[in-house]
Amino acid sequence: MTEGETVTGGGVAGAAPSPPPAIEFRDISKAFGQVQANRAVSLGVPKGEIHGIVGENGAGKSTLMSILYGVYEADSGEVLVNGKPVRIRSSRDAIDCGIGMVHQHFMLVDNFTVLENVVLGAEEGALIESSIEKARAELARLEEEYDLRVDQDAVAGDLPVGQQQRVEILKALFRGAEVLVLDEPTGVLTPQEAKQLFRILDALKEHGTTIILITHKLREIMAVTNSVSVMRGGEIVAVRRTQDTSEEELAELMVGRKVRTGERGEAREAGDVALKVGGLTVRDAQDVARVDNVSFEVKAGEIVCIAGVSGNGQSELLQALAGIMPLNNGEFEAMGRSFSPDHPANPKLMRELGIAHVPEDRIRMGLITDFVASESAILGYQRDPSFLNHMLYRMDYLFGHCRKLMENFDVRPRDPSLRSANFSGGNQQKLILARELERRPDILLVGQPTRGVDIGAIEFIHRQLREYRDAGCAILLVSVELDEVMSLADRILVMFEGRIVGEVDGRTADERTLGLMMANAHEGATDRVTEEARL
Amino acid sequence: MGDAFLAVLQVGDATLRVATPLIFCAMAGLLSERSGVIDISLEGKLLASAFAAGCIAAITGSAWLALMAGIAVSVSLAAIHAFACVTHRGNQVVSAVAINFMVSGLTVVLGNAWFRQGGQTPSLDATARFMPITLPLADTIRPVPVLGPIYAELISGHNLLVYVALAAVPLTWWVVNRTRFGLRLRAVGENPHAVDTAGISVTLLRYRAILIGGALVGIGGTYLAIAQNAAFGREMSAGQGYIALAAMIFGKWRPWQAMGACLMFGFLDAVTIRLQGYDIPGIGEIPVQFIQALPYVLTVVLLAGFIGTAMAPKAIGVPYVKER
Repeated sequence: MTEGETVTGGGVAGAAPSPPPAIEFRDISKAFGQVQANRAVSLGVPKGEIHGIVGENGAGKSTLMSILYGVYEADSGEVLVNGKPVRIRSSRDAIDCGIGMVHQHFMLVDNFTVLENVVLGAEEGALIESSIEKARAELARLEEEYDLRVDQDAVAGDLPVGQQQRVEILKALFRGAEVLVLDEPTGVLTPQEAKQLFRILDALKEHGTTIILITHKLREIMAVTNSVSVMRGGEIVAVRRTQDTSEEELAELMVGRKVRTGERGEAREAGDVALKVGGLTVRDAQDVARVDNVSFEVKAGEIVCIAGVSGNGQSELLQALAGIMPLNNGEFEAMGRSFSPDHPANPKLMRELGIAHVPEDRIRMGLITDFVASESAILGYQRDPSFLNHMLYRMDYLFGHCRKLMENFDVRPRDPSLRSANFSGGNQQKLILARELERRPDILLVGQPTRGVDIGAIEFIHRQLREYRDAGCAILLVSVELDEVMSLADRILVMFEGRIVGEVDGRTADERTLGLMMANAHEGATDRVTEEARL
Repeated sequence: MGDAFLAVLQVGDATLRVATPLIFCAMAGLLSERSGVIDISLEGKLLASAFAAGCIAAITGSAWLALMAGIAVSVSLAAIHAFACVTHRGNQVVSAVAINFMVSGLTVVLGNAWFRQGGQTPSLDATARFMPITLPLADTIRPVPVLGPIYAELISGHNLLVYVALAAVPLTWWVVNRTRFGLRLRAVGENPHAVDTAGISVTLLRYRAILIGGALVGIGGTYLAIAQNAAFGREMSAGQGYIALAAMIFGKWRPWQAMGACLMFGFLDAVTIRLQGYDIPGIGEIPVQFIQALPYVLTVVLLAGFIGTAMAPKAIGVPYVKER
């Protein structure tokens, strides 16, 4: 249990001849074409520690981990495991070196049972039955040891994401992983699930497992890691003991300049009701009510956030209000018009009325990746006569229009003729926001405005949303990021299984209450749902 | 009752004979598609292996050499398909259609050049073919009521390859559901990333599935040319590769269900043969063309209407590219 000491000791260095790091990178460089993804990266991860790696998108974290897991080979440099140089050319090599990986997008076969998923690739012999039985016993032991409980015979695809993630961890442990890499593990979890995950990670650490945690959530880094390294532009720019640093310092190191996050505007009075939703119900193709009898209001000059674990009807609600999904029941009023199943909305009409929509999935609905920026910059408004010269588009004007949007919203590179796909996620999002906000809409519907967006761009987008709010725009924002919800919202509505299960004032909201509401485990709402379930 | 019973048995007998190549192709398609590779080239492989078997049987007079040739040719074509679709991540439909066209033309051209019989291969003697086998005790049991005729007429009296086809179904089921290869096969068709990150080669797995499928189709083609018939005839596969693919989809990518669908198509075929020139009370004689079209019409109807929510392997048709 020497690991135990180094864990708690943190800063106790030099007390004993320290063992070689569990993982050491030496001068790792990797380029994709012109892009230098990793530049002479050197980093040692001490045994039995939780080490965090933070950095903006494209900082090279994922590339570094892909090299460790054998997805790519480095152009130069070497990887050492327990002090011994190794050549990792495939996932098989990595597994043999005792490295396990929990990918951001789970690598599970959805229609396999948990056991089958765990056994896959680690079978003994040509028949699977004996392997399955052995795995059953081994999993039972692992579950006991680390409190990693999962129903072994459940079909993986039916499990909630938190459980799926445990299956991924079990997969790695079953293969004898001594080093566990987790890539953005909490992105899809509720705060409670995330807490459970961190408890599991602590238990793993106690047993001597080395953990590398990749995340952009600085709070998590501060809460669970022993040490942290910061990547920027393909390089490691800093390595800190967690106890010696702060969120502010890490954010600054990541971005390379001062960042101000979480600032809130002055408390202010909201205006008249701009959007009024009453008893709205939306059913999907299987006749399941995705949005179930939802009522609320959004006033001019306020930001109302819909929080919830993704997949609880927020997307459908947003699409219904944008006129994309048809209503099955109920109605909503906006801009003096009333919409109901008999008076359906449509996206064209909504835009004409001054209701702008920034869709959740920018790649599928926000823009067309094959279009150049100037084309994506008019989508939804392509009928606007000012863009047209009779039947033809005024290309020069479109370019000028796009360049103006790019300047106002700091879209980089400022090139209207660049294909939309070639912008980073944050810049795509800024372009879409620019397109929708340029017309000064009275109501703005926004879904996941900062998903996959760099911290610098997040700051910018949040500032824009606040500015428009202050200018009197009524904003309905759907987000699964609690930090975002809490820093932007004037009021927070929590959705669970299609219903609004709670409303919280944005200024007094705390994460714990919201998390419980998102899991519908808070006082009050639980009874109602279970009662209905019993009926 | 005796005549009607015998007629039923004969239809059953014919069903088996017609369904045999379908079953081989369906099992082959199943392996390929469960691995995530669409296999429309069943048709081309079937025709090519029939041609190869017909040629080799005519030249050497050996049914077994002909079988080897049929399998070899079909496996080679499967290798081309795999090379295009797996190694080079080509479009799986385009590759397969190219194979089908190539075979359709080549068999006629080569057949004409080699045998000068309008694309046919020479007729074969019984020794160069797989001939019906009478199972032990068939004649002894025949007098037993009901069971006797079933055994003697329906079960006994087929050639070896029919029995191989019937054996291929439980074997395929066992391989897919009980072996390590089967587990990985099912996984790679659903989520190749999971397979890759588990340290297994996606490419190798898909190659193996496609090549084993090629061997099965090779037996089916051989059956067409030198067991069911006594020579290769141009375009003799006549869309059976496609029908088998439909049967396999109709059977939801599962061996037993796929065999059931093959038997159903075989049964329709067998019935239509008997219906030709037969007066149906109240309707009269049904035109031959209509009867011949029936299996195809039914295919469309069944596939469109009854298949329901068939869950294809999720990764089907998508070449595997490692994630960045």
